[in-house]
Amino acid sequence: MAKVKGAVTIDTARCKGCKLCVVACPTDVLGLQPLEVNDRGYHYAYVANPEPCIGCASCAMVCPDACIEVYRVVEK
Amino acid sequence: MNTQDIIKPENKVYARPRLLTENITHYCPGCSHGVVHRIVAELLDEMGLEDKAIGVAPVGCAVFAYNYIDVDWVEAAHGRAPAVATAINRLWPDRVVFTYQGDGDLAAIGTAETIHAANRGENIVIIFINNAIYGMTGGQMAPTTLLGQKTATTPYGRRADLNGFPIKMSDVLAMLDGTCYVTRQAVHTPATVRKAKAALKKAFENAIAKKGTSVVEIVSTCNSGWKLSPADSNAWMAEHMFEKYPLGDIKNV
Repeated sequence: MAKVKGAVTIDTARCKGCKLCVVACPTDVLGLQPLEVNDRGYHYAYVANPEPCIGCASCAMVCPDACIEVYRVVEK
Repeated sequence: MNTQDIIKPENKVYARPRLLTENITHYCPGCSHGVVHRIVAELLDEMGLEDKAIGVAPVGCAVFAYNYIDVDWVEAAHGRAPAVATAINRLWPDRVVFTYQGDGDLAAIGTAETIHAANRGENIVIIFINNAIYGMTGGQMAPTTLLGQKTATTPYGRRADLNGFPIKMSDVLAMLDGTCYVTRQAVHTPATVRKAKAALKKAFENAIAKKGTSVVEIVSTCNSGWKLSPADSNAWMAEHMFEKYPLGDIKNV
């Protein structure tokens, strides 16, 4: 069976740490940096757990700052 | 297959829309405005309206919309966006004119302009962001504030006997003969974002086909004004706002 694998990249300088992507992710891939902040002082989102990502783009759909890019491949 | 093999240009399924400028928005973290800006930018690009679209920015949080979406914009006086859009549309009938207004702009100061532009059936798209509060000025009561909702000017909750009832502006506009499409959408989940984008697309198509005024109300959050986190705001909106402002098409001619 074909398996869908995904990956996301996050523009951390643009991220405001609103956590909406973390809530929207169906496979718990994303998280907010617990300690580090970006130049603007926000605990930005990062890929905490890359393995289960399916590239569904739910995170990018709800991101108010358009800082998420989504990639997807179908493994045959 | 590891992450580096997946992150290649040929595998890209979602990227930042080309028509969004590089400026970082001034909106609070988690603000619905950002999502709506993004889907408007995506749509204008997909529909090839980059050179034809003219936006009219309101007064309110979205006053700087012209800094973020890379099309032509005009900044209107408070509430007068539909009147300015009327003028632009009549002078340049081949352009696609849209207004982007909040609830204070559209439903309070600009009620007359909005109702009469819709009643004249101007070929414009009105994007109405309804977050039930005046966000920019510090969270005061708006006409759309729900009964019992606490704001800076209704600290004990909005009371019907003192403050009146929340106005369902889209239902008012749907009663007018000039409107061709009135819908109420939200942008709090991936599914609703896709539906809102489809609704906006239909509205822009109506403007191109010169069918009349299209109104797309987006029920939104104001997490700063509501004093909640962005995720809690979305939950609060789903729980309380949709009861008064149910989602779906109100009029589709």
